Amino acid sequence: MKALLELSNVGMKFDTPKGQFEALKDVNLKIESGEFVSLIGHSGCGKSTVLNIVAGLLQATDGGVILDKQEVTEPGPERAVVFQNHSLLPWLSAFENVELAVKQVFKKTKSKAEIRDWVAHNLELVHMAHAMHKKPDEISGGMKQRVGIARALAMQPQVLLMDEPFGALDALTRAHLQDSLMEIHAQLGTTVIMITHDVDEAVLLSDRIVMMTNGPSATIGEILDVKLPRPRDRLALADDPTFVRCRQQVLQFLYEKQRKVEPMPKRNSANTEGVRKRA
Amino acid sequence: MLDEHQASRAKEAAFHERQEKYIASRLAQQPEWEPVYRSYTGAPTFFDQIGTSLITVMSGFLLASMIAIPLGIFIGLSSTAHAAMNPLIQLFKPVSPLAWLPLVTMVVSAVYVTDDPLVAKSFLTSMFTVSLCCLWPTLMNTAVGVTSVSQDLTNVSRVLRLNAMSHVRKIVLPSALPMMFTGLRLSLGIAWMVLIAAEMLAQNPGLGKFVWDEFQNGRSQSLGRIMVAVIVIGLIGFLLDRLMLMLQRALVWDKSSVQR
Repeated sequence: MKALLELSNVGMKFDTPKGQFEALKDVNLKIESGEFVSLIGHSGCGKSTVLNIVAGLLQATDGGVILDKQEVTEPGPERAVVFQNHSLLPWLSAFENVELAVKQVFKKTKSKAEIRDWVAHNLELVHMAHAMHKKPDEISGGMKQRVGIARALAMQPQVLLMDEPFGALDALTRAHLQDSLMEIHAQLGTTVIMITHDVDEAVLLSDRIVMMTNGPSATIGEILDVKLPRPRDRLALADDPTFVRCRQQVLQFLYEKQRKVEPMPKRNSANTEGVRKRA
Repeated sequence: MLDEHQASRAKEAAFHERQEKYIASRLAQQPEWEPVYRSYTGAPTFFDQIGTSLITVMSGFLLASMIAIPLGIFIGLSSTAHAAMNPLIQLFKPVSPLAWLPLVTMVVSAVYVTDDPLVAKSFLTSMFTVSLCCLWPTLMNTAVGVTSVSQDLTNVSRVLRLNAMSHVRKIVLPSALPMMFTGLRLSLGIAWMVLIAAEMLAQNPGLGKFVWDEFQNGRSQSLGRIMVAVIVIGLIGFLLDRLMLMLQRALVWDKSSVQR
């Protein structure tokens, strides 16, 4: 089967006052349709850079990304992004935030009523129908992130890109959203790439876990197949031998093979790097 | 002064009544005669002058905003434009209204030559001076507001592939609105301050001229009348600021930015 998304020899060099900084080198990855892939690694290893390259927000300096036989050169709604800090427009209600995206993507193909229904449908999918006319300031962090996911899903992306979507949430809210995300993934079969710091989250949600080595010149260290049957139940999995073994392997990779060497380098996150470098 | 105002209005009404009577009687004698209506030429009262001042300051302020907001957005979006404009802005920003005024007067006198003036030259001169002086806070604040649009929101706009126009309309403008209003409020304050000076020198029949005339004629009541004028000027400045604040409350989504 031909891969939906293919990263080949992706490399990224940033120009800094101290000369060139090679953040990524030779990243090769093939992702098939419907797969749920997590990227995990220490902060600063370039996970977000990889995601931003796939999203088209950053241009790789070497290699390239091919999505469905087309090279990725710019951002677009077929690669919807769920940002770490929700990124909702604070002056629009939840409904209007999703509507903005839907109008932009389906302006020509959907009628006004269809757009309205589609927005409402997507908000229901993330269980936000009850608060759809509230402003982002009036809802909790978890709810904001739900709206962010609804906005991304409403674009009907070929790949859903999630940049530490639950990183800023408390553990309980995070668990709720993980369950919602699994539900949605099972229902829609969307291809998902998610960045995470959380080993449990990665094992629970993913079909494959891509573990990245430390930067500079970070690349893919190991890829772990999580062969757990779906639907998955977090309680039942807690002492499932496969789950425990997968978890063990990721932990080993992160804390034995790729121990973070202190002191932390000054650029502590590729994410801020990506953000600073705007087109 | 209220009495003066009423007396003057009574005189004006009487004048118009006399004129109507005269025209009517003359038309009765010569039906083919084209009536000539003349406007009342009595001196403006304090209240008329307040009206003139308000009109002048508002037109100057609106003109300035109409230039400053689009230009500010442009400068905020393009770092090249910012680099090109910034020295000019920094150069012109501290120029005193009293330095602009003679320049504006000369230009207006040279350019605005017409037999049938729609508005007085003194009005145009004051208005342009006000605009030139109150342009800068709005311009700077809009530019800063636009520059500081969150990178995340810009990324959202890029993922959605919003075109330049809807990017400005849907993302940049609402984001920058609180900053823009801070600029507009500063601008209106400056506009009102500059206006009084401009009116004094341009002889635009507003509050500035009132103060100047009272200063010149040296009556025994002059001191008191000027003091009243000063207080009224202060009050109107305060009311204008409140007005902007109300407008800001009504328009801006971020209510926390509207506290003072």
